[in-house]
Amino acid sequence: MTLKLDARSPSGPIEQQWSSARFDLKLVNPANKRKYKVIVVGSGLAGGAAAATLAELGYDVACFCFQDSPRRAHSIAAQGGINAAKNYQNDGDSVHRLFYDTVKGGDFRARESNVHRLAEVSVDIIDQCAAMGVPFAREYGGTLANRSFGGAQVSRTFYARGQTGQQLLLGVYSALSRQIGVGKVKMFPRTEMLDVVVDPATGRAIGVVIRDLVTGTITSYAAHAVILATGGYGNAFYLSTNAKGCNVTATYRAFKRGAGFANPCFTQIHPTCIPVSGDYQSKLTLMSESLRNDGRVWVPKSTGDIAKHPDQIPDSARDYYLERKYPSYGNLSPRDIASRAAKEQCDEGRGVGPGGRGVYLDFRDAIRRDGEDKVRDKYGNLFDMYERITGENPYKVPMRIYPAVHYTMGGLWVDYHLQTTVPGLFCLGEANFSDHGANRLGASALMQGLADGYFIISYTLGHYLAGVAAKDLADPAGPLFKRAEVDVSAKLDKLTSVRGKRSVDSFHKELGQLMWENCGMARSKQSLTEALAKIPALRDEFWRDVTVLGSRDSFNQSLEKAGRVADFLEFAELMCKDALVREESCGGHFRVEHQVEGEAKRDDDKFCHAAVWEYTGEGGEPIRNIEPLVFDNVKLATRSYK
Amino acid sequence: MSADHSSGAAGTHTLSLKLHVWRQPDRSATGKMVTYTVAGVSTHASFLEMLDILNEQLIANGEEPVAFDHDCREGICGMCSLMINGRPHGGRRGTTTCQLHMRVFNDGDEIWIEPWRAHAFPVIKDLCVDRSAFDRVIATGGFITANTGSAPDANDNLVSKDQAERSMDAAACIGCGACVAACPNGSAMLFVAAKLAHLHHLPQGQPERLHRTQAMVTAMDAAGFGNCSNHYECEAACPKDISRDVIAMMNRDYAKSALVARDRDSKSDGSG
Repeated sequence: MTLKLDARSPSGPIEQQWSSARFDLKLVNPANKRKYKVIVVGSGLAGGAAAATLAELGYDVACFCFQDSPRRAHSIAAQGGINAAKNYQNDGDSVHRLFYDTVKGGDFRARESNVHRLAEVSVDIIDQCAAMGVPFAREYGGTLANRSFGGAQVSRTFYARGQTGQQLLLGVYSALSRQIGVGKVKMFPRTEMLDVVVDPATGRAIGVVIRDLVTGTITSYAAHAVILATGGYGNAFYLSTNAKGCNVTATYRAFKRGAGFANPCFTQIHPTCIPVSGDYQSKLTLMSESLRNDGRVWVPKSTGDIAKHPDQIPDSARDYYLERKYPSYGNLSPRDIASRAAKEQCDEGRGVGPGGRGVYLDFRDAIRRDGEDKVRDKYGNLFDMYERITGENPYKVPMRIYPAVHYTMGGLWVDYHLQTTVPGLFCLGEANFSDHGANRLGASALMQGLADGYFIISYTLGHYLAGVAAKDLADPAGPLFKRAEVDVSAKLDKLTSVRGKRSVDSFHKELGQLMWENCGMARSKQSLTEALAKIPALRDEFWRDVTVLGSRDSFNQSLEKAGRVADFLEFAELMCKDALVREESCGGHFRVEHQVEGEAKRDDDKFCHAAVWEYTGEGGEPIRNIEPLVFDNVKLATRSYK
Repeated sequence: MSADHSSGAAGTHTLSLKLHVWRQPDRSATGKMVTYTVAGVSTHASFLEMLDILNEQLIANGEEPVAFDHDCREGICGMCSLMINGRPHGGRRGTTTCQLHMRVFNDGDEIWIEPWRAHAFPVIKDLCVDRSAFDRVIATGGFITANTGSAPDANDNLVSKDQAERSMDAAACIGCGACVAACPNGSAMLFVAAKLAHLHHLPQGQPERLHRTQAMVTAMDAAGFGNCSNHYECEAACPKDISRDVIAMMNRDYAKSALVARDRDSKSDGSG
């Protein structure tokens, strides 16, 4: 059996597809909307916005999140900004240019129709957020301010100091709270989705199984449609810029219930993170890419200088390698390119800091040019954060940065309606695969999350529900749900009953190290084959020797982690398989066998498609399906930032 | 602290610590302080990484690890908490627990670690508390009513740079609850007033201003938070440096709302 991958992209000129789709999509009678139950898993920009918007429209919404409040979803940590094709700066931006930049930046591995729609609704997002009280940065005249951001040559990024994600999420949270207050959304914080229930008779998603993280109670919830907005899987690498709780469990378990998983090997490594300082390290902290507007990246030219204080290295002995290699983009080169360039310098022995895994991000020239006050005005909170973490003052000593896992472009395959291969199961935000191709541009994640949640699902979900009778709500006490509850409980019991010798974290760290070495910034047939041999062995050891203390019917953080790590131990294999088959380099996926003078070499003849993996049962080989990608509007070309 | 660039990281050494940690199995159980020792903690580790080390040690000994809330570990999600030596987030200015690093401690230190103590924040387990009272307050008025799709062009509403900055100063609140934990009365005035100030420094927030103030203050009282008696421990404890000025703004609006606010819900929707 293979998956049916109908993208349902509208026909006609790309500029008119979304408006014609909006007319063609069926509507649900306003009086009937309240009869439809919709489950939203995740309360970040995508999930929170979807839950609030659908409730405003009249649907009966239940929203689940694992944090203690929807206000804490990981969207909150985004620093730099949100893109929109407003062209307020009169610098040549347009919907078409944002569309073009996103397709090209994604290295031609995204679906054109979805990306164009994203660029179109970007302008509405800014209006909506401003109306909801997001305190965007302003010019003296009171209009909105913009800045340019990694990989873009126009100023289209809107921001709220270095806390844009926080402010956008608080906007979403306020809209969601309003609906909670009037009883239109039932919110379930401190809960985790452990299974999606699919009716084998119709193939449709009919509900979810949830664990209450405080009491440990397992409960089923039925709905007419289920929306997953559960974020990315960067924590497969253990160390990443993701929050500690971020996980693949919801999307991976949906995969096991029939949802195709697209391009799992597409992971983004962010170039500007604070380097690892020791083996106790629990997460990596991002330093906003906006710093690259004024900071200059360099390493000593000579390996003999790496231990010297940077002040003692004159300009003539410094290699500003991004400016040298990519003169037109320089320090603003896209993330994948800047990350690989840093790795290359460190691999050649010119890295600085512990283990030689760091490059300098230096503000000396910006401070000389604009003064320390101006620099503090722009980046003060980031400089403070850096100093708190490293104990070093970046006004005096250049920052040290190194790439770290940051975002995952892969995710559940969705069509133009954001529906997965399981009817009635939708996927939004980072959790889906659709818009960023093989590499995401800076300030585009917030845009996509809000586009999906505020402006897209509200139309496409109605189209689906118009074809479902309101009376056809599954019975959460029925046998399908009971069976899923039994499966979920059995897995939890298995985790608590191993009582081995190793902690969950020790397995997670080992997996992360293995993935970083073998399926990280550079991948090869050899490294991936090695990982594919080691992961199953590590997984076996996990199930033999993990220890999870405490019971499953209580608040048990070790058990939460254990379930997530168990899923990462399976999912990591899918990532490596996908990376192994994709015999090309594109965007964040760099296969060392496929390069020209150190730059990624795509193979459009063989790989101009999304790879969509299909689960075939415990121990079965997953099947790789293909959605061919057609580029009618942006000509396939080699990305060049030189 | 001097930077040692030969090691690439500022003066690393390790600490041995004696920890007194609040252990409480669940909401209804009686808790107690339990003493542990940890050794070999790098001064570059964060406070939560030090607790990770403790937990690994406990697991190795077959003891249940200490439950504590955390998520982003970069000072923005507001999930982490902890009274550290009697001070919320350890008492370093503008610093959350997750951003507190062990270099501020000395070898041999004793550290007391407790959950937030406030009537409105019951303990769930060990160091985790239930802060859902904050969400209940926000749900009564911490928003601007603007359905998705109903917004005018963002530049139709001009906001002076100064107002936008003041709004942002208040909007920086991460909802961690340190202000409540620091207050001798367990008051949530700083939290509630920060949300109000965020919205009321903006033109978009004006139409619902007095109603919002009244609704949120009423909900705050109903949630079991205490009153403000001007200690300003909240301001000192706030990891985002929210100024107590926001409380004055709230009090003014609350007084006005008592005089002029009509209960809009009792009026018709305008059709009659």
